[in-house]
Amino acid sequence: MSGSTRQVPVVEQILSANDQVALENRRLLDEQGIAAVNLMASPGAGKTSLILRTVDALRGRLRFGVIEGDLAGRIDADKVAATGTPVVQINTGGGCHLDALQVRGALRQLPLKEIDLLFVENVGNLVCPAGFALGERLNVLVAHVPEGHDKPIKYPGMYTVVDALVLNKLDLLPYLDFDLEAFRWAVRALNARAPIFEVSCKSGEGVESWVEWLSAAVQPLRQSTAG
Amino acid sequence: MHELPVTQSILDIALRHAAKANATHILAVHLTIGELTGFIDDSIQFYFDFLTRDTPAAGARLTFDRIPARARCRSCDAEYAPPDSRIWTCPECGALGGDVVAGREFSVSSIEVE
Repeated sequence: MSGSTRQVPVVEQILSANDQVALENRRLLDEQGIAAVNLMASPGAGKTSLILRTVDALRGRLRFGVIEGDLAGRIDADKVAATGTPVVQINTGGGCHLDALQVRGALRQLPLKEIDLLFVENVGNLVCPAGFALGERLNVLVAHVPEGHDKPIKYPGMYTVVDALVLNKLDLLPYLDFDLEAFRWAVRALNARAPIFEVSCKSGEGVESWVEWLSAAVQPLRQSTAG
Repeated sequence: MHELPVTQSILDIALRHAAKANATHILAVHLTIGELTGFIDDSIQFYFDFLTRDTPAAGARLTFDRIPARARCRSCDAEYAPPDSRIWTCPECGALGGDVVAGREFSVSSIEVE
């Protein structure tokens, strides 16, 4: 046989090293009965505000942990820590998204036994975070009124992968040319199953239905996996 | 967009299967890539040439079997080739939105070795 050319069938799914680490993260979280939520958005959409609102609304019902992703600083982590919630800040330097390895490192610094729901606040970016699994059970996108109603059409990748969508800053609707119907139409076209929650983290409007959906959504995920 | 990490995985898969087949050289790696994965052939090729230096896959050919996207209408179940824009409407019944039936494939189908 030596020197002759042979065809070797392979048929193996290409998983990036990131996907493999994300699976390990998921396994670790499942063992601990933790449901992780990957929170994605453009910068300034209100990811941290939504976390703070949610933690406040579900206090006593769910125990939270938070991983914050930013290029630099720990502004968000400090806000979360002020609520008494365990939090780890990841600084990506120049990185445009969180990856599974960074999350694995952060998980080692969290009291996993005291957490039911882990928010992972991704780096503000509507492109790259959608391509990097972290070990999450749910992917949630926070859109916001000032970014305009055309974003689903311009960034379809993100909109197609999410399990739920929160449209924040609804209180600004009277002041901006945001076409709510056009936004809903485009989201529906890209994603038939994701519920849309229209909220204002500033006034609290609409937050309750998001919180009820979230707590109901993570319940079976935790029960089915916690050993 | 982020072709480097997946190209490393392609190389890892190829080297592992080549070793299992007791091969000394990898001459070609055949990939199956769905149109919707967004991976760019030239970019994978570029990283592949770079990563394979000093490995048994140095100089190997990469081939790309591109799988076109197919969508299924959520209303009438018709299958159709979706347009480039990601806002899809069914050509049969006009309903908005479709589920992906094909186009997300991403695998190493086979390798040629000696």
